[in-house]
Amino acid sequence: MPISEIIKLSLNTLRTNKLRAILTLLGIIIGVFSIIAIMTLLNALQAGIETGLSELGSNTYQVQKFPAIQMGGPGSNAKYRNRPNITYDQAVRLKNIATLYKYMSLEDYVYEKTFKSEFDKTNPNHYLGGVIPEYLECNNRAIETGRFISQTDVNYARNVAVIGMDVVEKLFPNMNPIGKQIILDNHPFEVIGIFEPKGEAFGQSNDNFALIPITAMHKIYGKNERTINIAIQAPSKEEFDASVENIISVLRVIRKVPPGEENNFEIYSNESLIGTVNSFTQYFKYGAGFISFISLLAAGIGIMNIMLVSVTERTKEIGIRKAIGAKSKSILSQFLIEAIILCQIGGLIGIFLGIVTGNLIGLFLQTPIIIPYDWVVIGLVVCSSVGIIFGVYPAYKAAKLNPIDALRYE
Amino acid sequence: MEPLIEIKDVKKLYVMGLEELYALKGVSLDINNNEYVAIMGPSGSGKSTLMNIIGCLDTPSSGEYKLNGKNVNEMEDDELAEIRNKEIGFVFQTFNLLPRINALSNVELPLIYSGKKKDERIELAESALINVGLEDRMNHKPNELSGGQRQRVAIARALVNNPSLILADEPTGNLDTKTGEEIMILFEDLWSKGNTIIIVTHEEEIAQNAHRIIKIRDGLIADDYLSEKGKLIAEKTKQQTISV
Repeated sequence: MPISEIIKLSLNTLRTNKLRAILTLLGIIIGVFSIIAIMTLLNALQAGIETGLSELGSNTYQVQKFPAIQMGGPGSNAKYRNRPNITYDQAVRLKNIATLYKYMSLEDYVYEKTFKSEFDKTNPNHYLGGVIPEYLECNNRAIETGRFISQTDVNYARNVAVIGMDVVEKLFPNMNPIGKQIILDNHPFEVIGIFEPKGEAFGQSNDNFALIPITAMHKIYGKNERTINIAIQAPSKEEFDASVENIISVLRVIRKVPPGEENNFEIYSNESLIGTVNSFTQYFKYGAGFISFISLLAAGIGIMNIMLVSVTERTKEIGIRKAIGAKSKSILSQFLIEAIILCQIGGLIGIFLGIVTGNLIGLFLQTPIIIPYDWVVIGLVVCSSVGIIFGVYPAYKAAKLNPIDALRYE
Repeated sequence: MEPLIEIKDVKKLYVMGLEELYALKGVSLDINNNEYVAIMGPSGSGKSTLMNIIGCLDTPSSGEYKLNGKNVNEMEDDELAEIRNKEIGFVFQTFNLLPRINALSNVELPLIYSGKKKDERIELAESALINVGLEDRMNHKPNELSGGQRQRVAIARALVNNPSLILADEPTGNLDTKTGEEIMILFEDLWSKGNTIIIVTHEEEIAQNAHRIIKIRDGLIADDYLSEKGKLIAEKTKQQTISV
């Protein structure tokens, strides 16, 4: 009996038993749906984080007092808090002594600030950064109009500001803000430039900030109590590791870290952040995979149950088929393929719903749209396996029925 | 000419717990091509067991059964399935059609198992249904057909693979007298077209439609004789042979 006939036959049977087929499918659908939805979402998040991080600029890395991603309980924070600040003077010395870098940007940030103009004021969710000219190279940002902060601005601690598009739209609607006055945290500045907008990621704007010379920042917030973020671009991809080594050794000397003790600062790059994120999501994947596997197992038992009922219910049919010449193999494959088709249909529906749902949530979080092909394949393979494993026994039982008894069955 | 069915000292033993029961105690029987035979017997006589063995649904415990020259008694399940598919057309008391598919698909079924291509299947199934007078009922499902029509579909299904033998088990048992007579006329017609027919029944009237009657009692053949019809036909054949 050709396989196409068997498939047609199975589809026919499933069609005539719609409600039962759908209820049986539900188990598989839910199992596959959950695994695909979670994987889609995780992959989308991961891709979003990766694109977000890649915007930091290529071959760049960061030196900070605090790590970028902190894992562990609330107490683990103390270790980082007790570190001495990376002061502006230390950072300047690093910039002067270290040799193996292309650009080094010194950055000092304050968060949750309100900016004002004579027209309006922003929500208190903006941040203000004190920077030096090399900020642009290390952070992969560009100026749309006007100019960026120059070394002279830094040297004279001028009250000039470069602002993001959100600030422009809110404070200077329908006008050119260059040359206008802006009040940053109660201090007046002159707008000299506007950043090219970068849009949103994960529901957060990338354009809700203003930058001023780092020296001007120190006039407002003081110099010695603050910790500096250092962004560094290595001369090339090849010299990336050497550059990191160079910075670490110089900074250890500057910060007087005794030999043998661990760094009292954090160094991370896009790659190491992506690695951290990936290892983090990996655990989620294993967990989600395991739970989905269990639900598929339960669904498989449901399939076996329904197939056993089906075999009993169709004993007479099996008898008739055998009487008119069906071999055991034909009956076996009929029931087995029925189980596999059941699983596959459930799997396909589950995959479809999972991808749609995962991406809808992703859309809400503004992550890129993703189809996790690897998990689609895994899902279908697992579904077929579930169909085979849990379909084999009922199918075998059907194939082994004695035609005389089966025909007599009422 | 070699007989179509050669049964030699066939015994069938059933073991139920400690009890051993011979359903057939040594039956020997030859049936030729284009014979029309009725097997009769009360229930428990071994008639059904004999039918199952003739129909290759079961194998004898001992003895020999040759169908169309092939030794059936030592065949495996799948070989028997093939014999059933190619050599035997079953007609059952309860019709045994698949309820969810239409008449044409039911008749097509044996052809699927014998591996015929779709086009050929449809053609053969249609001509089998036309043969039993159901050309306008092909797309009806069994529950949309009368009892007589269902039995005709079953007969078409039995005929479709052009078997050596049509084996009917109480074919009129679920039909009213008139419809039953129609079905018996159909069998007569099939016989006249060269088919070999075995009818298993306990009704004397139905058995009289056959040309040869074999009576089973207590697992043995109690009687084997020509019916009135059979005698007439034998006469006719004799006369024809003489006149030739």
